[in-house]
Amino acid sequence: MALPENLVAEFDRMVQKYPQRRAALIPAIHRCQEELGGWVSPETMEALAEYFELEPIEVWGVVSFYPMFRTSKPGAHVVSVCHNISCDLRGAEDIITKVCEVTGAQVGGTSPDGKFTVERVECQGACANAPMFDLDGVYHEDLDDAKVEKILGDLS
Amino acid sequence: MSHPTYLLDRSRIEDSHTLKVAREKGAYAAFEAMLKAGQDPKDVTEVVKASGLRGRGGAGFPTGLKWSFMPDATKDDRPRYMAVNADESEPGTCKDRVLMREDPHGLLEGCLIAGYAMGLEAVYIYVRGEYRLPYKRMQDAIDEAREAGLIGEGILGTDFSLEIHMHQGAGAYICGEETGLMESLEGKRGHPRPKPPFPAGFGLWGMPTTVNNVESIFNVPFILERGASWFRGFGTEKSPGNFLCGISGHVAKPGVYEVPLGIPAREILEQYAGGVWKDRKLKGWFPGGSSTGIVPASVIDTPMDHDSIKGIGSMFGTGAMIMLDETACVVRASEVLARFYDHESCGQCSQCREGTQWLNQIFHRIENGAGTMADVELLESLSHGMTPGKTICALSDAAAIPTLAVIKHFRDEIVEHIEKGGCPFKASTGNAPAAAGTEVHA
Repeated sequence: MALPENLVAEFDRMVQKYPQRRAALIPAIHRCQEELGGWVSPETMEALAEYFELEPIEVWGVVSFYPMFRTSKPGAHVVSVCHNISCDLRGAEDIITKVCEVTGAQVGGTSPDGKFTVERVECQGACANAPMFDLDGVYHEDLDDAKVEKILGDLS
Repeated sequence: MSHPTYLLDRSRIEDSHTLKVAREKGAYAAFEAMLKAGQDPKDVTEVVKASGLRGRGGAGFPTGLKWSFMPDATKDDRPRYMAVNADESEPGTCKDRVLMREDPHGLLEGCLIAGYAMGLEAVYIYVRGEYRLPYKRMQDAIDEAREAGLIGEGILGTDFSLEIHMHQGAGAYICGEETGLMESLEGKRGHPRPKPPFPAGFGLWGMPTTVNNVESIFNVPFILERGASWFRGFGTEKSPGNFLCGISGHVAKPGVYEVPLGIPAREILEQYAGGVWKDRKLKGWFPGGSSTGIVPASVIDTPMDHDSIKGIGSMFGTGAMIMLDETACVVRASEVLARFYDHESCGQCSQCREGTQWLNQIFHRIENGAGTMADVELLESLSHGMTPGKTICALSDAAAIPTLAVIKHFRDEIVEHIEKGGCPFKASTGNAPAAAGTEVHA
């Protein structure tokens, strides 16, 4: 697989920011995940390795280290619910239950219709607006059951 | 709310993130004055030193002193860098996000002054990957500032040049540790480096590097413009200035509030955060993020500054207060945090890799009715094997210190769990049981 031309052009600009090319690897993986189906496939990793002049195993080493990178294809929407302390104190577990109910997905899985992937995540730095989740890269804060239904219901 | 403020003043104005509004309200004025006066870069560092500003990222190390560790440019002509630590991932901490989102030009001005003082080649602002809006606001601000001649080659017609770049992380707590951050910025796994060598001598790409927290750098323009003695008019002698206190958990009005260092914790809780929610009593609180040991309600009158919080056996950390009311379960809170440290350990040091996993499992079984009295001793002995200073970085300490603190202050509650064969608070919290560590994706 070759990387799409628009991404290559973007990476060519990105690497200029750093004295060493490899520094752009993590931002580049983000862009691949965003543009190529919401995950980082083995083929993507091989293409990135070629671009950055690394062994594929080095790219895999990075992809597997960082929780934001996915190595399997998610549903159309990804709901990442924080379950760390500030959210837990304000009912994060109830929010997770509600999210699963509304989406039909299990934690760590995708709904049968392929629409939603639900996952637990550690602290997202929105502690003063707990509980919260990230939906496709946008924070939704100060959640309660009604808000969860409204936000996710609008998508289904 | 009678305390004077300066950090969040601009943030309260509409469109404060745009160059036009920010400049009208004073952004870049300190930098421009410094540049036009051709101030000696060494003097700039001296002013920051004299102000007594301490790092706001957790360790409380004096910022000016850190800058002065950079090698003398006349003897060492390697390119030098600053990484701004915007990884903000210590649970409870949510303040840098506000600054980057609402007043990105304030941070850029601080970077420019730091760049001038230390003769930097470039500044990298390392933002945690999840902070998409703050990242975008910062990137837009950089683009606007560059357009206005404030960033890049020959800034404002002088021979001073500086590049400022945004860099997106990908969600690992360990990348908030300064050497883990540098590894990550170089495009690698965020494995902390042994120290020495220290970043000032061998940092990013082996070059002299300073790593500063967002809020630390954000304070700099105010200090330069208004003077070190003005700054010392806020806070205490050893911890001057205002700080952004994120207060979360069981309070009526959680939020990010600007308060002077040394303010009694009770005042933040009652006057700013509206007190404990639901007319309940306070049980315990974390003074400065999840890595600072929990303390009981009885010490709520302690002033929020580095020395005073140390005096009650905890740490000021990031100044992020996490409040637990009387219905909260401290074992559950410990389990949630142990699960977090287990998940976030980078795995290099066995004390941390194994220790965090054990703590997680033990708290889980105590909370769920399978704990024994031997577990309390095991928690203690494991923690003593994990701290102090037994590992490459402080993540191991960050997991062990709260464990020792909860045993010290809430041993009875842990024992009660063991004797009753489960959590006595489950019914009252109305909260489903926490997930077991094994369910957490790696």
